[in-house]
Amino acid sequence: MENLIEISNLTFSRGGRIIYDDISLQIQKGKTTAIMGPSGIGKTTMLRLMGGQLIPDKGDIKFKGESIPNMRRNRLFEVRRQMSMLFQSGALFTDMSVFDNIAFPLREHTKLSESIIHTIVLLKLQAVGLRGAADLMPAELSGGMARRAALARAIALDPELIMYDEPFAGQDPISMGVLVKLIKALNDALQLTSVVVTHDVNEVLTIADYIYILAEKRVIGSGTPEQIKNSDSPLVQQFLQGKADGPVPFHYPANSTAQAFLGSAS
Amino acid sequence: MKWFINLGANTLNRLEMFGRATFMLFGAIVAKPQPLKMIPLTIKQIHVVGVQSLLIIVVSGLFIGMVMALQGYTILVDYGAEGSLGPMVALSLLRELGPVVTALLFAGRAGSALTAEIGLMKATEQLSSLEMMAVDPLRRVIAPRLWAGIISMPMLALIFSAVGILGGHLVGVDWLGVDSGSYWSIMQATVDWNKDVVNGIIKSIVFAFVITWIATFKGYDSIPTSEGISKATTETVVFSSLAVLGLDFILTALMFGIE
Amino acid sequence: MKSKKAELLVGVFVALTIAAGLMLALNVANQSMASSEDSYILYAKFDNIGGLKVRSAVKVGGVTVGRVDNITLSNSDFTPLVTMSISTEFNQFPETSSVSILTSGLLGEQYIGFQPGFAIDGVENLAQGDYIEDTKSALVLEDLIGQFLFSSNDG
Repeated sequence: MENLIEISNLTFSRGGRIIYDDISLQIQKGKTTAIMGPSGIGKTTMLRLMGGQLIPDKGDIKFKGESIPNMRRNRLFEVRRQMSMLFQSGALFTDMSVFDNIAFPLREHTKLSESIIHTIVLLKLQAVGLRGAADLMPAELSGGMARRAALARAIALDPELIMYDEPFAGQDPISMGVLVKLIKALNDALQLTSVVVTHDVNEVLTIADYIYILAEKRVIGSGTPEQIKNSDSPLVQQFLQGKADGPVPFHYPANSTAQAFLGSAS
Repeated sequence: MKWFINLGANTLNRLEMFGRATFMLFGAIVAKPQPLKMIPLTIKQIHVVGVQSLLIIVVSGLFIGMVMALQGYTILVDYGAEGSLGPMVALSLLRELGPVVTALLFAGRAGSALTAEIGLMKATEQLSSLEMMAVDPLRRVIAPRLWAGIISMPMLALIFSAVGILGGHLVGVDWLGVDSGSYWSIMQATVDWNKDVVNGIIKSIVFAFVITWIATFKGYDSIPTSEGISKATTETVVFSSLAVLGLDFILTALMFGIE
Repeated sequence: MKSKKAELLVGVFVALTIAAGLMLALNVANQSMASSEDSYILYAKFDNIGGLKVRSAVKVGGVTVGRVDNITLSNSDFTPLVTMSISTEFNQFPETSSVSILTSGLLGEQYIGFQPGFAIDGVENLAQGDYIEDTKSALVLEDLIGQFLFSSNDG
């Protein structure tokens, strides 16, 4: 199986805090790979590293065999046209209509005529079920609709790789179902590679081909959904079942309760 | 000892910030300009930054001119020199109040809005998303706003001075009864195009540059949280107002101080 | 449609600025472009110009008829040479006219007082490039006091 992205021995720290310590993972071409983990371990950071917005301290990230951190800026911008990212907030441009938002990458990077752009935009909107909302402003959309519009924008240039940053966070069950269906359908129809960063266990288990679970600065488990479900790692099981206490402690590290509540008098 | 450490750390922070601001400026303006894409974007921003500040500029200009005529008249009339009201109003507007008051109002009205807008674009990941779409946000978002600010503010300052002189006429001539002919003619005899009007325009171009630079940078460099953006907006107004007043002294000394 | 409206308003903004600039240029700084065309040049030599400046007014009986264009020192006899531009509206001054440097009020600006001479037969009118021969210099306070002291000593 061919790997679209290969991350090897990656170390990254920010503000003196180590976020990843010597991580390696692979994203297979044409598959949906999920990266899961508790909040605050820098899953979004991983996507930014893949997109070349952040530079790792050590290690390498290869996109189609080419090292992203070592790329010159112009080349990086060329490579980015083959990938797109769906941001958590959607990140639609608030000063243009939904139509113009989706036309934006086409107008920036292609020399297509306005009538062709019009057709493409409506096709992409049709694919996410928002053709009727083309003339609305982003502020008039609900959260789920904004994310779908952003998805339409993300696929406007027919990229090879889509990175989803928490696509399910804060969505009602219906929107969530719609998004799950869309991600799956896009992956199958367009033959593209997807990376989904999330902590919504059930949704991921239905769409992912391969799963990495990150915690404590490293990969604590990986495999197909079946393998993950049957993992005997207590950390993985705690995460999957959502137990309050376990290897990831309920309490934030602190001094002992006796010391805190009985005071220094003791 | 601690005092020195703080001083050192502060200085280093400031220098680092200045470095980042310079990088942003170069990235936005110097590197590979694309005039065809820039012009429509800049016009749109002139609308936001310039046209929408027009009302406040016209109203304040009118009132400042009127107040100056009122105050000036009561002082000048004691010396029988109320004929000099025209040059007094015109010179103070053209040399000082036009550029400076416009700059302060511009910092409050347009500068803070620029910072907040760019900060929010950062917070809602719009800047990041531009970057991931292989579009440079410096050129797409920052550069048109910088140009729009640098172009609009001197225009606003000119309008401010003109309206102020009309306001002075309104109070001085129509209300207090200074002779209209002497209001204009003594003004004309005193005001010099190059020395007064052009120097005023140069001042306002410098102020415009500094304010817009600070405003765009503070937005671009803000911490993308509601607290960070509100801090950045406040800093824009405070820093650019101080910068304008400080620069005004230096420019005035250079232009009028040394004959 | 939305951007059309923005463009329109920006257009209005630019027009307003041009109007303000023109007003400042013509009404306030008096950069009238017409003035250089509709005027003629006269020269006058003074012994002392006092505080006369470029752009000072040239007045006939208090009416401004022109402005001082230039002040230089004549190289041949080291006296100040004043160039005046007079509006062509007033082109009937006889050659016998005189000019003097006067002060408006006690502390006011200095200006050139233009005293038209008598129009007798055979006297031509002043025209472009003519020199006015009859000039009175500015009063310099120090000279005045000096004169006063000397004359009182003599008496």
